[in-house]
Amino acid sequence: MEKKEVQNSYIYGLGKGVPIALGYLSVSFGFGITAVSQGLKPLEAILISLTNLTSAGQVVGVGIIAAAGTLIEMMIAQLVINIRYCLMGLALTQKLDKGFNTFHRMLVSFGITDEIFGVAAAERGLINRRFMYGLITLPYFGWGLGTALGVYANYLLPDDLCAALGIAIYSMFMAIIVPPAKDDKGVLYTVMIAALASCAFYYVPVVSQISQGFSIIICALLAAGIMAYVAPRGEDE
Amino acid sequence: MSKDFLLYLAVMAGVTYAVRMLPFVLVRGKIKSVYLQSFLFYVPYAVLAAMTFPYIFYSTQNVITALVGTVVAFALSFKRCSLIVVAAASAVFAYLTELVF
Repeated sequence: MEKKEVQNSYIYGLGKGVPIALGYLSVSFGFGITAVSQGLKPLEAILISLTNLTSAGQVVGVGIIAAAGTLIEMMIAQLVINIRYCLMGLALTQKLDKGFNTFHRMLVSFGITDEIFGVAAAERGLINRRFMYGLITLPYFGWGLGTALGVYANYLLPDDLCAALGIAIYSMFMAIIVPPAKDDKGVLYTVMIAALASCAFYYVPVVSQISQGFSIIICALLAAGIMAYVAPRGEDE
Repeated sequence: MSKDFLLYLAVMAGVTYAVRMLPFVLVRGKIKSVYLQSFLFYVPYAVLAAMTFPYIFYSTQNVITALVGTVVAFALSFKRCSLIVVAAASAVFAYLTELVF
């Protein structure tokens, strides 16, 4: 009985990954468009997607590359933007079965994203490595394929349509933050502080000298730092 | 592919992977600090908000089409439409506005 369960779990994971893969197809399509419009070559954009597998970090990373930012800036930006994966990884370690040795932990950790974490964390009981490999497979290919489609859409679609599609990835970010901000005052204020600070860095003369990468880092630290103090979260979150 | 690009790529991918892998492999306990927990909880929202504003206003060919797209994106997000619907609708409305102006 137990054996059968283990054998089926890769397929079970694959199935759970289908909706994530479809979502990634469209998000990474937007990333592909954004990356090429900022001057990256098609293959460069695709390589970034295949090695990073993260939306926010990649968009900021491309911005830093386009602005010829420093490697230090890139390092700090990726660290701050992706630090949430630390917490997700930590939370997931509590649910891993004994089959997760160091080698499998190293491989599976590459696939920790917001959505994959969300689905894995919602599973009842312990999770095994086959399930995690299954869950990660389709989203990974969806992410790469979507990027490739977006990159080449830039060449195939008319310019004004591509320009309009440039808004897609930002709209998706909005669709991620608006619903929880509606439900939760802490999230709402975090979003408002970060957005206002970011606008200040963009429009106020002297501080607008600061690059986009650093601006996002400072805004995130500021907003999350203040709100963690003002509205701490309970244990169950 | 330039050497510069490969350096950027190495730093990007390396840091992103390290952030995911190190705690997953090394840490077996739970985070005790409520402040740190709360901070990590808020970070993704803060990052996404700071990335979206004001850059969404300049994400198309002109500010007017972007504003139309932004309003559509906000309204549909508020109605809890799915990511794909929000993204597609905002781009379509931005495009239609572009055709008009």
